[in-house]
Amino acid sequence: MALRRDRPALAMSFVLPIAFFSIFAAIFGGQHNSTAKIKVILVDQDRSRASLELTKGLEREASLVIATRPPSKDKAAAPPDYTAATAEAAVKAGDAPVALIIPAGFGQNPISFGGNQNGPTIQLLSDASDMIAPQMVGGLLQKAAMTAMPAAMAEQGMKYTDQYIGGFTPEQRKEMDANLSYLRNLETKDSGNGAAPASSGSGSGGLVAVKVRSVVGENKNGNMISFYAAGIGVMFLLFTASNSAGALLEEAESGTLDRVLSSRVTMTTLLAGKLAFNTMLAFAQLVVMFLWAQAFFKLDLFTHIPGFVVMAFCTAFAVAAFGMLLASICHTRAQLGALSTLVILTMSAIGGSMFPRFFMPAAMQKAGLFTINAWAIDGFTKVFWRDLPVSELWPQVGVLLAVGIALFLIARRIARRWEYA
Amino acid sequence: MNDQLIAAAPAQSSPPALKPQSPEPIPLSVDSLLKRFGQVTAVDGISLTLNGGECLGLLGPNGAGKSTLIRCIVGRAIADAGRLSVFGFAAGTSEAREALGWVPQELALYPRLTCSENLGAFGRYHGLSGSKLAQSVAWCLEWAALQDRAGDLVKNLSGGMKRRLNMAAGIIHRPRVVLLDEPTVGVDPQSRNRIFEMIEALRAEGTAIIYTTHYMEEAERLCDRVAIIDHGRIVAQGTNRELIQNSFASRSQVLARFAGPADEIAAWVERHKGRLVDGVAEFTIEQSTQIASLLDDAAKAGLELVDVSLRRPNLESVFLHLTGRELRD
Repeated sequence: MALRRDRPALAMSFVLPIAFFSIFAAIFGGQHNSTAKIKVILVDQDRSRASLELTKGLEREASLVIATRPPSKDKAAAPPDYTAATAEAAVKAGDAPVALIIPAGFGQNPISFGGNQNGPTIQLLSDASDMIAPQMVGGLLQKAAMTAMPAAMAEQGMKYTDQYIGGFTPEQRKEMDANLSYLRNLETKDSGNGAAPASSGSGSGGLVAVKVRSVVGENKNGNMISFYAAGIGVMFLLFTASNSAGALLEEAESGTLDRVLSSRVTMTTLLAGKLAFNTMLAFAQLVVMFLWAQAFFKLDLFTHIPGFVVMAFCTAFAVAAFGMLLASICHTRAQLGALSTLVILTMSAIGGSMFPRFFMPAAMQKAGLFTINAWAIDGFTKVFWRDLPVSELWPQVGVLLAVGIALFLIARRIARRWEYA
Repeated sequence: MNDQLIAAAPAQSSPPALKPQSPEPIPLSVDSLLKRFGQVTAVDGISLTLNGGECLGLLGPNGAGKSTLIRCIVGRAIADAGRLSVFGFAAGTSEAREALGWVPQELALYPRLTCSENLGAFGRYHGLSGSKLAQSVAWCLEWAALQDRAGDLVKNLSGGMKRRLNMAAGIIHRPRVVLLDEPTVGVDPQSRNRIFEMIEALRAEGTAIIYTTHYMEEAERLCDRVAIIDHGRIVAQGTNRELIQNSFASRSQVLARFAGPADEIAAWVERHKGRLVDGVAEFTIEQSTQIASLLDDAAKAGLELVDVSLRRPNLESVFLHLTGRELRD
């Protein structure tokens, strides 16, 4: 009966399952056919016909985004192309999950039938936190080699025939050269028309020699421990913060809020005090969770103290302000319970607390940027996974602090309803 | 609206402080206060003053506007018009807030904290700390006779103890003006007497008190003066004696019960300008000799007298006389 009269809470009881069904359907249902594109940094040290053809082949892959240079910050001056070193640094920094380095001399012996590894080998630098991207890029690289370099394949085949079977007659060689020219013209026309070859199954046959190397996370004890500590931690922090902020509703209902506000304490002071307390509470929760991860899952907490403290504080602040906002919006505990469950679980699903965001469609990944979870997880990943210094945390720190301040100011504005009758 | 009404100062938006106008400013002055909630006028131009060491009773039924008036005084409701000052300072200023102690009608306590912790929390809200806070907590516990329950959780206290602690939390900062909003609601007679003793102890210290109630006996026992409130207006104020004198002079009330047909009894009572309350006929008479003629007339009308008594008017009679309504309607 009480729930029936609390209509917002009643509505939320029905909205919650529908919202969750929709989120999971969007992520795993694939009904929008919008699998996330994988960003690949490509460094062509060879600049040969074969490497250029391979590059074009990769660029034609709809599921890849090939970057040969960092995004331009200044429109007037384009940044220099990636080098092997800057590409590796970019993967370490999380700018892309994969980098491909086509070494000098690749064009002389691009195809390695039979696993011949005599020639230069393409390096695939990967971020071990993303288990999918290296696999996909490796497969598509082989596909691109098959479809984008028919001339190189044929030429290489002829070389092998020449080498192991015996030489061709001049007439045979002339005929094959003519066919190679035709194939090259065909490739030029294809790339000129921009027509991507149709996808043809797995297509990976190990034609191009690739050496995969993890540049991030290869020496980590627990692969995803920091990710889950941050992801799960933030989700439960949000619940705790909203529950703790809900004390405001109890105070309003019992009359203690009235009594407090009749003293020298103003609403701003009261809310700021609660924000400070809830921030400390959330910070303490994170400390306990990471200490637990250190003790039982070998998370390397003690060598990352500065980054952890910065991220934990900013996350705790944003989460506490979020709780204050939810509490100020609601009129009853039942409403708060329903609304916080809906919003927090939605944020956690989209923001990557339940499963990594790189599993999600591109649109969902972008939507995740509107959640506290995503920024907090990104920050903790930078600290524990990429070993980045505190100075590299400024985007996450800036966003979390700004979000916290904004949410608190909105909560303060809404809380005016409690100030006077 | 009264021409003398002026806009009330907002309670918490730093209203301009009024400077004390005399060497001994009046503890509390309310002038033409008006408060509306939508179409409902809860406080309709109330004016009153509270003098030092005085206990002023606000007597009226539920919904008369007593609590709204109190909430305006403590700054929890913003008056639409009128003027409020506490020791010469506008309501809502920090000086006014510190001078006021409010005991709300609700049990505004933290149930999961102990008595001491509750008092400590409210003391800190009023800026107390350290030994001063500890002394105040100890004083309040003693005043409320809760020393032996200092460490008990509030949720485990009896109703009367909670009421006493609720009062103690309102005076933890030792205010000079205390506003008690129906502090005896829902308590047993023994606890009520204990609360009366607490209030009398406050009065003995010279604290000015406003006491709202709809219990006539409480107002008669505790208050120096009484303001009778109905529909947001003060319909009369003065000492008990003044109020009774003004309404009844030397008149008394006769209460009589009759046996017989109810409609005949009602018609007869109405003819003699009396009224029936729960089957008891009430008449106001100038002299006691009128009783005989009244009863003689009843006998002539065929009504059988069951019992009769004479009562001196009290505050309830005054309220009924002035408003035509019972105090506990």
